[in-house]
Amino acid sequence: MSQPIANCPSCGAPVRFRWSSAVQTVCEYCHSILVRHDLDLNKVGEVSDLPPDSSPIQLGTEGKFREFAFVVVGRILYEYDDGRWNEWHIGFQNGSSGWLSDAQGEYALSILSANTVPLPPASELTTGRPFQFDNRVYRITTITIAHYAGVEGDLPFEYWDKTVCNFADLGTPDARFGTIDYSESPPLLFLGEFVAFDELHLRNLRQFEGWS
Amino acid sequence: MAAAANVVRIRALACPNCGSAVELRGMGNSLSAVCGHCLTVLDTSSPSVKILQTFEAKIREQPAIPLGTRGKWDGDPWETVGFMVRSMKAGGVRYSWREYVLFNPYKGFRYLTEYNGHWNDVKVVRSLPEAAGKRRSIEQVRVLGNAYTHFQTYSARVDFVLGEFPWRVRVGDRAALRDYVDPPRMLSSEETAGEIAWSLGEYIPGSVVWKNFNLPGHAPPPSGIYANQPSPYKGRPGELWRLCLWFLILVFVLSIGFSIFDSKATAYTGHFGYSPRQKGEAAFVTPSFDLKGRTSSVEITTDTDLDNNWVYLNLALINEQSGQTYDFGREISYYHGRDSDGNWTEGNATDNVTLSSIPSGRYFLRVEPEMDANAPREVNYSLRVRRDVPTYSFFWIAALLLTLPPIFTWFRSLKFETARWNESDHPRSSSSGDDD
Repeated sequence: MSQPIANCPSCGAPVRFRWSSAVQTVCEYCHSILVRHDLDLNKVGEVSDLPPDSSPIQLGTEGKFREFAFVVVGRILYEYDDGRWNEWHIGFQNGSSGWLSDAQGEYALSILSANTVPLPPASELTTGRPFQFDNRVYRITTITIAHYAGVEGDLPFEYWDKTVCNFADLGTPDARFGTIDYSESPPLLFLGEFVAFDELHLRNLRQFEGWS
Repeated sequence: MAAAANVVRIRALACPNCGSAVELRGMGNSLSAVCGHCLTVLDTSSPSVKILQTFEAKIREQPAIPLGTRGKWDGDPWETVGFMVRSMKAGGVRYSWREYVLFNPYKGFRYLTEYNGHWNDVKVVRSLPEAAGKRRSIEQVRVLGNAYTHFQTYSARVDFVLGEFPWRVRVGDRAALRDYVDPPRMLSSEETAGEIAWSLGEYIPGSVVWKNFNLPGHAPPPSGIYANQPSPYKGRPGELWRLCLWFLILVFVLSIGFSIFDSKATAYTGHFGYSPRQKGEAAFVTPSFDLKGRTSSVEITTDTDLDNNWVYLNLALINEQSGQTYDFGREISYYHGRDSDGNWTEGNATDNVTLSSIPSGRYFLRVEPEMDANAPREVNYSLRVRRDVPTYSFFWIAALLLTLPPIFTWFRSLKFETARWNESDHPRSSSSGDDD
């Protein structure tokens, strides 16, 4: 982990980046949302306390999927009609990053895809609609309108000013996973796969009362 | 290592309807929880708990696995957190089944279903099943390398809930279900509000549930045949046919062996003596004997104590009823001695003759011995009549008996599959083929 140290422009506490390419982070002391421009940190807002959450993952959780070791460096908590889910921002050893999503114990790993296929506007999404990415057919399984319920740690984008976002989740016959994220224009495509908890070899997890 | 603040604690809340304590075992993963006291369904998705529904239950259903029971599944502890009774209507009759929600804070949720003592271990499927053509003109879908045949499509209604659920549950909720089977597995799709969720169940004996949860007593025995219950006859007819084939080969080989070594049944044996100096008629007849079976050969063996001598036997095999006579003569001689080359022998004191194509019936032998009048001593001899007894009838009986178990098992297998599919949207007539 590379850890550039700066000071929080709001409270002066040291800010340690868990991921060297972080664009946004949250001061662990005063909960200011800090955005990095070159060497300067600017406070752009403040996060309210995250709602009580039950993911076994936390900032600093380490894992290894196949040969790829990673560390959890940040998190976005989304809320939608049928609950909440976490997108854990994970940093790999080579400096790149990806996302580990945790929805009620269902885990999926994905990374931003260098997609060139034009994606439809959110209004044209229907479940079952097929797409072809990397010679593989993906179909829309669920369409979700979510809002940001909180952020934590280091993120690769500025998420502080966003509120509501459309998502289209994609599936394949071989447990591949994808998400079209309409928070940007053009929309972003993340591709990856569903993974079993044991395949992630996670360490430094949270503990659960009565389950240790 | 984890700070105290980072231990996730069990939450409990007060039911906004009756004030009773509602324990949340799902560690915040549940979207709804039922107050066990007043049967109010609560929305637990946010800290401000809302009432979703208060329902009346004619019968307060009791889960066979009490909520909060922990058991080992696939090596991990899982706790029962939710219980639901659902039903469907077919032919004017409502059928109910029970579903249990199992929770592990690291691994999420899995489910158990029970109908009439038949249990399924159910997990969510993240791979998308694909259409896979038809089998016996029934739709099939394929996922994770297996093809599943459509069993039934129905509307399921929630009739009773207790505990917690990872979705907002309400009594009266309806979902369109489609079940596909590949015993012991069952693939189900559940459609609500245009979204399809797939799950994969595996049939398990109730005894496994009892053992994994360490429940007292014994699992109630299942009744009837369930959609994805593995057939006890699956593959058995094939195995039995192979076994039958091997036995037939064995019996065939043995019957060949018997026909070479031991298939000749002795019909008659008699011992006689003859001296050229004896007075009177040398010819005599033997007592009569039966030659059985179909027309076949008869072997007559004469065993003598000749020693440097000869005897000539005029023989006739005579059918007692028809008088049909088979005449033949045998000269038997045996000489031995010693000369400049050493020991020598000539002839044989024992003689064999085979008469072919003798029909069955009652026969006797007429015997007339002749000898050199100057023969130094009398001759003692025995006559043995042997009949080829065909063993084919034994072979065919054995073959017939050996085919009975596979035919029987095949029939049972057919009956099992017919009973299974008669509960589906695709009932079989009992004349359709087997499923192996």
